[in-house]
Amino acid sequence: MEAGISLIIVIGLIIIAYIGTLLGLQVLFGIVIPYVAFLILVLGLIYRVISWAKVPQPFKIPTTCGQQKSLPWVKHSRLEAPFTTWEVVLRMFFEIFLFRSLFRNLRADLEGRRLIYGSAKWLWLGAILFHFSFFIIMLRHIRLFTNPVPGFIVRLDYIDSFFHLGIPPIYITDLLILAGLIFLLLRRLIDPKVNYISYGSDYFPLFLILGIVISGVLMRYAIKVDVYAVKQLTLGLATFTPTIPKAPIGSIFYIHLFLVSVLAAYFPFSKLVHMIGIFFSPTRNMANNNRAVRHVNPWNYPVKHYTYYEYQERFRDKMENAGIPIDEEVEPEKEHEWYSLYVPGKEPPTIKS
Amino acid sequence: MYNADKVIPGIIILILFFTLPIWLNVGRLEAVPEVELPKEEKKCVESKEFMRREHMKLLDDWRIKVLRENQHVYLSGEGKNFKISLQNTCMKCHENKEKFCDKCHNFVVTHPDCWTCHIAPEVAKKWK
Repeated sequence: MEAGISLIIVIGLIIIAYIGTLLGLQVLFGIVIPYVAFLILVLGLIYRVISWAKVPQPFKIPTTCGQQKSLPWVKHSRLEAPFTTWEVVLRMFFEIFLFRSLFRNLRADLEGRRLIYGSAKWLWLGAILFHFSFFIIMLRHIRLFTNPVPGFIVRLDYIDSFFHLGIPPIYITDLLILAGLIFLLLRRLIDPKVNYISYGSDYFPLFLILGIVISGVLMRYAIKVDVYAVKQLTLGLATFTPTIPKAPIGSIFYIHLFLVSVLAAYFPFSKLVHMIGIFFSPTRNMANNNRAVRHVNPWNYPVKHYTYYEYQERFRDKMENAGIPIDEEVEPEKEHEWYSLYVPGKEPPTIKS
Repeated sequence: MYNADKVIPGIIILILFFTLPIWLNVGRLEAVPEVELPKEEKKCVESKEFMRREHMKLLDDWRIKVLRENQHVYLSGEGKNFKISLQNTCMKCHENKEKFCDKCHNFVVTHPDCWTCHIAPEVAKKWK
């Protein structure tokens, strides 16, 4: 159901772009929408970053999966329970570039009445195929936005079409991203446990990116477009001198560009923002050094408390009447270094978020 | 905002990453190259739009026809016959590879394999 609606939305987007080009709205779909979408992407991401950075971290909550730093003869698991910033950076690096936590993915199966956990690397493989291919494809697209094209992009393009299969040669990443995406989609559709926890917000990006990939692949290998005219348009976008070239460009290009624009505008407000969010995960970006370094809760603020001196002064006459000894050596505290939310005689303050 | 010392550089890197093509163009941007079209001949094998879109498919098709099917004549959409030959038919009018083929191919970055076997007219001239 959720998958079906997502698919229908993506098909609707394709139809919108197709009808738009038939109506001659090339300026809208080729210039205005891409610019607006790109602006939404960048400003939206900055907005998300700043709103995340405003959230206080009251506790140190790193995920630990190994022995924390302890006595010298106890072996410390440096990546699983990072103690220094350097170890945190190292763990982050492995997470971002190699998807280390997915590598630990387990699957649960019933064998008779026994519950068995086993290693399941398929999710890791599908994810790494998809993400790295997408990244290389994005880098490769720089060839359409620069003139002259930098050497490393030319080399990357050459390596990616290494097999020289067909004309134009097939890109390896085109095949890999399709394999990754189809696996990730089938996983949600076929595995009942994953299917149960999948929402439209999981299917929509998958179908959208699949739409982008398929339209791009078709444009390269089957429904050809005038690449020279395409680059005139895209280079114009990158150099802020946008023009629709005189030579016509096929609808498939505008469909591809519109889907990319939708992805860009959708990106900051969806689960896809994990691209930036990973850096703000307190379970990953904090060191497990609670025993050595004190983590001060940013909610805390210095609160005037009631010292024994003040208490004794307030109740001196009552204490004397009751025969309670008075401690004359108590000195008033000049500065308070105590943190507390509780103030005697006052309502507890409300916590600012 | 917490951790501004890390967040602000992060935002700057983010902006730089997404605007990378703009920075790669700074100071080295060149004009869009124009190809040198043949002066005498006005019509190619097929229409201009078709050639701009699908010339690589056509050449691949020609290659298969000649090498695998022993067909040496191409019947165009307009009913004209052409001898299938890159060096003798295409390059007869487009007489300079560097001023025609390479202009676009370098501009959009493609790696055609034509010239690993075929010889460009300007190279052939030197040998004569």
